[in-house]
Amino acid sequence: MKTKLTILASIALAGAALAAPQTFDFKDPKGINNAGFKLDAPLEAINGNASDISGTVTFDPENPGATKGKIIVATASLMLPNPMQKQHMLSDKWLDAVKFPEITFESKEFKNVKTAGDTTTADATGTFTLKGVSKEITVPVKLTYLKDKLGERVPNQKGDLLVIRASFTIKRSDFNIMPGQFEDKVSDTIELTLSIAGASPK
Amino acid sequence: MKKNLRLIAAILLVGSIAFWAAAGANRGWTKTRVPKKVVDEVTGLEGIQWQDKFVPGVDFLGAAFLGAGFLAGVSFFVTAKSKQP
Repeated sequence: MKTKLTILASIALAGAALAAPQTFDFKDPKGINNAGFKLDAPLEAINGNASDISGTVTFDPENPGATKGKIIVATASLMLPNPMQKQHMLSDKWLDAVKFPEITFESKEFKNVKTAGDTTTADATGTFTLKGVSKEITVPVKLTYLKDKLGERVPNQKGDLLVIRASFTIKRSDFNIMPGQFEDKVSDTIELTLSIAGASPK
Repeated sequence: MKKNLRLIAAILLVGSIAFWAAAGANRGWTKTRVPKKVVDEVTGLEGIQWQDKFVPGVDFLGAAFLGAGFLAGVSFFVTAKSKQP
């Protein structure tokens, strides 16, 4: 009887351990993770990206709707092909990268969660902070859970991967970035895309 | 002197247009780095790697036109050397 109880308890503990939420670290050693941005402008669209991305997301494969986490983009890592444009963008008049070194999104709630196989789509509601201004926004996200795939990406490491993709728009005027100014030269709308992978080593 | 200035202006103009066209005739702003897409085979994610590369744009052409125009303009104010008898 005692042996049976021990076995049952072990199975229950193992089950609980398997179903437990995993924490994924989004600091990418391969440098693939990127956050892109695009603003319309008369001569050509201003297209750039940021590669210094970090943060953690807690994800439970058995309950993707409970996903929570925070993604941080280092403002200084924002890159543009034109050096003068980059200098202007990071200056105190636009993003003020020295005073506001981070752009963050902290997800608090998932709605409209749909899971098919390893892929989950949802509307993530959370706080987006840019240039010191925080606003609650809802972002459509696509999560792909890649079980035991960490070793294929990072040699000699066992674990899982979580890929997050998102595309959404914000208005720079909402975040105190030259509100109402130069809208004939740089659009108020900023298109953002997030393509990131996080690792959960075992 | 007059002829030399006009010749330099013409060379600057033609040379800049040829360089701009050879570098891809970029009708946007001048770039000093270009993005290169890198695909991660495991995740399928597309990353961006920046490569240092000078791609002249319309601002480069504009500066060359201004320079050539300035040289050609100056040539009209240069008086020809009078030949000594």
